[in-house]
Amino acid sequence: MTTIAKPENLVYTRPEGLTDFPTHYCPGCTHGVAHRLIAEVLDEMGVTEKTIGVAPVGCSVFAYNYFDCDFVEAAHGRAPAMATGIKRVLPERVVFTYQGDGDLASIGMAEIMHAAGRGENITVVFINNAIYGMTGGQMAPTTLPGQKTTSSPLGRDVETQGYPLRMSEMLAQMDGAGYIVRRSLHDPKNIRLAKKAIRTAFETQVRGLGFSMVELLSTCPTNWGINAIDSLKWVEEHMIPVFPLGDYKVTASVAEIKA
Amino acid sequence: MTREMLKGNEAIAEAAIRAGLEAYFGYPITPQTEVLEWMSRRMPELGRTFVQAESEVAAINMVYGAACTGTRVMSSSSSPGVSLMMEGLSYVAGTEVPVVLVNVMRGGPGLGNIAPAQGDYFQAVYGGGHGDYRPIVLAPASVQEAIDLTVLSFDLAEKYRSIVMVLADGSIGQMMEPAELPPMRKVERKDWDWATNGAIGRERRILTSIYIDPVDEEVTNLRLFKRWQEIQKNEIRYKEYFLDDAEFVVVGFGTAGRVALSAVRQARQQGIKVGLLRPVTVSPFPFEALDKLAAKAQAFLVVEMNMGQMLNDVQLAVKGRVPVEFYGRPGGMVPFPDEILSEIERVATTKLSIDPDPRNAWYERMVAVK
Repeated sequence: MTTIAKPENLVYTRPEGLTDFPTHYCPGCTHGVAHRLIAEVLDEMGVTEKTIGVAPVGCSVFAYNYFDCDFVEAAHGRAPAMATGIKRVLPERVVFTYQGDGDLASIGMAEIMHAAGRGENITVVFINNAIYGMTGGQMAPTTLPGQKTTSSPLGRDVETQGYPLRMSEMLAQMDGAGYIVRRSLHDPKNIRLAKKAIRTAFETQVRGLGFSMVELLSTCPTNWGINAIDSLKWVEEHMIPVFPLGDYKVTASVAEIKA
Repeated sequence: MTREMLKGNEAIAEAAIRAGLEAYFGYPITPQTEVLEWMSRRMPELGRTFVQAESEVAAINMVYGAACTGTRVMSSSSSPGVSLMMEGLSYVAGTEVPVVLVNVMRGGPGLGNIAPAQGDYFQAVYGGGHGDYRPIVLAPASVQEAIDLTVLSFDLAEKYRSIVMVLADGSIGQMMEPAELPPMRKVERKDWDWATNGAIGRERRILTSIYIDPVDEEVTNLRLFKRWQEIQKNEIRYKEYFLDDAEFVVVGFGTAGRVALSAVRQARQQGIKVGLLRPVTVSPFPFEALDKLAAKAQAFLVVEMNMGQMLNDVQLAVKGRVPVEFYGRPGGMVPFPDEILSEIERVATTKLSIDPDPRNAWYERMVAVK
């Protein structure tokens, strides 16, 4: 009997930047994909050892368990401020935050805006799945019009509950931002594009070219109440029209490293 | 070094710099803004970090991040701004990283005013943020003491991986008086075995205030308490004036304690056997010193620039053995020595009863005067 575990047969292994620690994420959730992409990029750049991550409050509150580098755990929304404190005293280190939509776009709006405005040389990975995951599926600032959540049970009514916020578009207005893009994790092609963007974002930081953020459209099958496959379709069919994928800010100097 | 005329806020800032401060994050608020302004000029010229944050919320979280790297870091603010920092301070306490914060108190609650006050005693001494933790709180009564305590605060913060708050008030921050600055210390970033400064050639580290398993959080709470016991054992500081033969004891901290000292001196000239105990650490509080005084004194008078907050701690120490009277000026009012002298005379000449809440009698006296 042949075994696929023979070294010569291995085509897919855990990146060194990830720990051997089972994640707590729900089946079908794309957090695991995003984690892997970051770890692969840090490994490929050879900077995992000198990276300090800042975990948020939300489903990825335990992100620090999964990345094999130094990590701190911020208060809800405050990761960009904490990252600022770290990066300013350790400018040679690679500092990134990993934040969800409630953390970044709601309670942490001031901190993300001003970190970008100051042009902090940090990288932000922004997971947008249009819902509060950890607290059990409440309306987020990125929840779509009409989307049902446990705190918009009849669907988000824009008359009383407002409209979704588009963070990449907003942050692209900041002079301190070097690289702001939105990608999606709903299929292999887009996952590859997301990885490229994460690489560019970290390269932006390493070269001191300003604030960088990659927004990743992500799934939450559990709180959306649909299965994993349909969740990927839901991203494509419902989220992308509201949150178009694309490069929102690529400064000339960042464009050079991309090429 | 020589004594020179120094403004309190600027002296605090320069003292911190000379104590090896590597990073400052703050936000403007009266009456502490000169600390921020001083830092904005001095820190960059020394090649150190200065950031004016978008809010006190952000400032304390920048401090939190820098503290996690083992860097000497601080912020400063005044009452409403310190309220905004309470979330961050609770996280700092839960993560057990050293942080220094200066609170130049002003009148409150709410927006209050920008005059000197001591209304943040409860918030400062009992932690202020959520959860079980106790910060070290140092209360200067002069520009010189503000300098000395600022320097001390960094050493204490690192020794106990604790929050140290320098609890000044608007008059300490704004006044100028002769004082001597310490020599410039060399900046030395220590290689702490807990700091998250990049896992180069070592195991990775995590700094967090989350202990999702209650078993672990209980262990953490107990660990914090054990450290607090050590702090109580080692770090209580207070000043005694004319207490050797004192029949009456005035207790006041910071500016109220300083004004009370003038009144005590005048009362001594009148032959009243009165002394003053001025806590320098209001947290940990000098319970034992007061306990000993309670065994021989006839009565206590607590003087504060608030509605009677440290009063509770004095009562805890005195344990109802002798009367504890109260005189306060809240809302940004600073008492004159004459007012306190009248209170000392009243305490020394009146037959007092042990009132469980001396604020009531004080309130009646206040209203009658107004």
